[in-house]
Order: sequence, then C-alpha cells, then structure tokens
Amino acid sequence: MKSWILSVGVALFLAACGSTVPLNDVPVADATPKIVSGADTQTGTGAGTVVQSGGVAPVDLGGGGGAQASIPGESRIIYFDYDSYVIKPEYQSVIASHARFIKGQASRKVAIEGHTDERGGREYNLALGQRRADAVLGALTILGVSASQVESVSFGKEKPASLGTDEAAFAKNRRTEIRYQ
Amino acid sequence: MFRIFLQFWISLILISVSQVALAQFRVEVSGVGLTQLPISIVAFRGQAVSGPKIADVIQADLERSGQFRAVNGAVGALDEVSLPNMSALRQAGSDALVSGSVSVLADGRFDVRFRLWDVVKGQDLGGQSYAVAANDLRLSAHRIADYVYERLTGEKGAFSTRIAYVTKAGQRYALWVADADGENAQSALASPEPIISPAWSPDGNQLAYVSFESRKPVVYVHNVDTGKRRLIANFKGSNSAPAWSPDGKTLAVTLSRDGGSQLFLLNTSGGEPRRLIQSNSIDTEPVFSPDGRSIYFVSDRGGSPQVYKVSASGQGIERITFTGTYNISPAISPDGRWLAYISRVGGAFKLHLMELDSGNVRALAETTADESPSFAPNGKLLVYATQQQGREALMTTTLDGKVKARLNGQTGDVREPDWGPFSKN
Repeated sequence: MKSWILSVGVALFLAACGSTVPLNDVPVADATPKIVSGADTQTGTGAGTVVQSGGVAPVDLGGGGGAQASIPGESRIIYFDYDSYVIKPEYQSVIASHARFIKGQASRKVAIEGHTDERGGREYNLALGQRRADAVLGALTILGVSASQVESVSFGKEKPASLGTDEAAFAKNRRTEIRYQ
Repeated sequence: MFRIFLQFWISLILISVSQVALAQFRVEVSGVGLTQLPISIVAFRGQAVSGPKIADVIQADLERSGQFRAVNGAVGALDEVSLPNMSALRQAGSDALVSGSVSVLADGRFDVRFRLWDVVKGQDLGGQSYAVAANDLRLSAHRIADYVYERLTGEKGAFSTRIAYVTKAGQRYALWVADADGENAQSALASPEPIISPAWSPDGNQLAYVSFESRKPVVYVHNVDTGKRRLIANFKGSNSAPAWSPDGKTLAVTLSRDGGSQLFLLNTSGGEPRRLIQSNSIDTEPVFSPDGRSIYFVSDRGGSPQVYKVSASGQGIERITFTGTYNISPAISPDGRWLAYISRVGGAFKLHLMELDSGNVRALAETTADESPSFAPNGKLLVYATQQQGREALMTTTLDGKVKARLNGQTGDVREPDWGPFSKN
C-alpha cells in the first residue's frame, strides 16, 4: 500500500495574494488519492483532503538462545589489546588445541566470532571485529584447519561480554570467540 | 531596541512555560545570531477531543526546525474562519498565526482545518483541510507544519516524513518506523538479536538493514508496508553497511567473503556482488552521493579511519577528511553540499559537518558519544544518535548546531536513526 495519501487543490483555502513572504505555489502535499471527499472547506459542509499514513506490518522473530558445544576444559576466547588484532603469544596453545580438535572432526562447522569494545561507530567496529576473527581464522588455517570448516564473522560492539564501561570491561569485550556449531 | 529586548524576555518566559506544558518536546537553543520567525499557533478549536494536541505538534515541529520561535499571541480562542486581531498579535511580537479546528465526522474520522496568516501584512496565506482517521491526526499536524514552513521559508518542509530507528530493551531489539519527530512509532521488526544500519530505499517503501538473527551479520531488504523480507546479502563471513543508490537499483554493501571488509555492489533484484574497489585495508560505510556518481566510504588505508570518495565505477579514490585520527559514518546532504560525519576528538565521538567545496569543518554537538548522522530530505536538519544521562537517545540539530531537540516516543536505548525520503506523489 502506498503511504501518504493526500490530494491537493481540492481543499485549498483561497490564498491571499500580494504577500511579500516567499511563496511557492507548488502544494506541499502529494497526490496519490485514495479516498477523497470533494467537500470544500469554504462551504464548511464536510471534510476535505484525506490524509492517511503508510502501514507498517510488524515481524517478530521470537526468542533466541541455543546451547554451545566446545572442547571440555579449554577456553574458546582469545583476548586482544586495544586497537589491535594481533594474537598474543599466550593464546597460541589455545588456538593449537582448537586446531587439533577441528581437524579431528571433519564434519564439524566452526564460527570464529570477532568482537570489540563499545567505543566508536557500530559499522567500523564490525570491521574491526572482523579483523580479530580473521586473525584467529588465519592462525587456525596455518595449523592445517580446512577453510571449508570455519567461517569468520563479526559482531562488532553489539554483543559485549561485559556491560561495564571501564577498561576492565573493555578488555573482556575485545575478543574472538571460537564457536562450535 | 527596547521592543526587541522585551520580545526576547517575553519569549524566554513563554518558552519556559511551554516547556512545562510540553515536556516531551524539548528544544534547546544555543548561540547567538539566530534569525527565527516569531509565530503564534493557537490551540485548535475542538483539539481536546482528538487525542494529540494538533497545535502542540505543529509548534514542536516548527521550533525543532530552528526557523521559528513560538510566541503566545494572547488573542484568545480562534479557528480557521476567525478574523484574528492583528494588532494584538503584532503587539505580542508575532509575525505569523496558525489557527484551526478539529471536528468529528459522521464516519468517525476527524476533519482538521487550518489557516495561516501573515500578521505583519494582515494577509490570509491560505489553508487546507484533511479528513483523517484518529491515528493519522499527528500526520495532519505534520502536514500543516510542512505547509507553514514552505509558505514562510520558501523551502520544502520535511515534518511529514518518516524516520527508522532501532531500540534495545533488555535483550530485545526492535526496528521502528516513526514520524519525523520520533513519535507514533510502529514496529517493523522485533528480534532477540541485534539490528543495525537501517537504510531507507529512495522510494520510502523498503528498509535495508543488518540483522544478526542467524548469528552473523546479514543484510535484509524489508518492505515496511507488507512486512515481507528478502535476504539480499548472506555470503560467507560478515555482510553489512547497506547503502542505496539514488535510483534504488543498487545496494553498496561491505562483505568479508573474500577476506577483509571490502566494498561491493549488489543489484537489488539479485545476482552476484560486484567488487567496487580492492584493498588490504578496512573499507566500509559506503554512501552514494545524491547524483549517484560517487560513493563516500570509510577506510583505514592511511593508517587511521578517514572518509574517502570513489566514483561509482570504482575509479579515482580521493581522501576527504584530514583532521583527526578517527572520522567515520559519512552522510551526504541531499544537495551534495555537506558531509556529516563522526570525529573522535580527545576520546569523545562528536558530530561534525564539512562543507565539501571549501573543506571547512564545524563541530555540531557538545555530546561525547555521537553516532549515525542522517540528513532530513530537505537537508535542513540532521538526526543522530547520542548518549544523554547514560541512555542512548536520538537528537536533531540544525546545520549550524544552534537548535537541537531530543526525539522522544520510545523508552530504553534508541539508536541507528535513518531519515526517510519525502513521500512520493
């Protein structure tokens, strides 16, 4: 359904002439008439132009959630320094054990999910989170993981692990999560 | 001179009075040298029966534009057929008057009528009448504000347009379509996962946006009238930052499917994405120029995120922003003259405006977490997201930054505004 419905001219009052204010006689309204009652406001016998807003049909995607599988006892999270997507040495062993696990399960699909802290724009953070995901993806593929098993994606700043606004919270949010599907 | 001062103080008193009465319409005026047309908007006869107070909606629209200052004309009750007391209005410092009425029609709809007067000349500047359902009374008020704005400024009003925005309440996200003042919001999409980057199609019928409902960012095109959604970019990796070409046939998007965040063009009718440019850096947040010939975007190819420009065929990359080390989220005014963007200044993220021809830049906001600027279709206002009292909120500002208003109509965190086009004829 086309949205604003308003025909013009039907209901214009008579405009006075000779005004010095800038006038533009192009009507403000549009002309996709749907229901127009022809009554003239000058006569005062009925309604003029019909104005009707566009509809918005609601869509509800329901609830979320879902369980998360992983290697027992192994962290799935790699943390990053501010403005960095370099994998720190202490995470090499974490990535190596995930690489072994993924290679051992050829049918397993794995998502590598990059995240940022809350500072800055949503889209630019999405791109920064992608870099963190791509860094972990690159480390896994160097260790022999097949590219067809893994997908690197970003949540930017949309899914913080910690809701705080201090540096401790930010440090928890600058991360890549390895997620088994 | 004395009269000017008197008017100033009277209007200050009246503004504070009207702010008590209209707490939801907070308009903040700062700076000096404002040229605002003083206008009186009399309560519409019968508006008490109609729900939204028509005169209040008109007044808030006009004040938010920065072009008008409301003056209590103290002329008593009037409607569209009354002959106003012009000398009393002039005494009160009013240059224009809007009066009107609301009445119930036999079929249950409302008949809204108004008349605009040039008080200085004592001339009738015309009026209109609208037959509306109860839920379109606010729309009729926005139409009246458009009429008044156009008659008195010579520019087209954008009050009867729509904005889209996203709310987050707990772990629920919703995409809303609302009046340009943020009110009268209707839910287009509710989701347990984030929604970002809504972008109106040029015909105002569809929204492209990024949804995380499938546990990764993918781009949908959503017809708001029918609720029908099409998944338009769901490639391996992240899919984000949709931007419509002015003809509505192409979407520029950021895809990571071939590695890194890179710019691609997609036909909205479907088909393979075409790479716009190739780099080893982040390239994202594309936006078409109004003539469709170029695409502004954000890239960190120079070491820090800056706004660049490239032709729509991918030729001739040109850097646009040079000041600062973090300039993102470009928006181009409909006349192509202005670039609005967010710049990090000393750790704060602030709305800035550049005149593209001269390269002159001004900061528009005092807030510190500004995001996502979007121009009104008449190019006279910007809407943007920011934080106020710890909550995410939407603000509008004039291009000189002197008149700002917070948009209400939603509780919780409100973000990601995109101002829709003029409604099509």
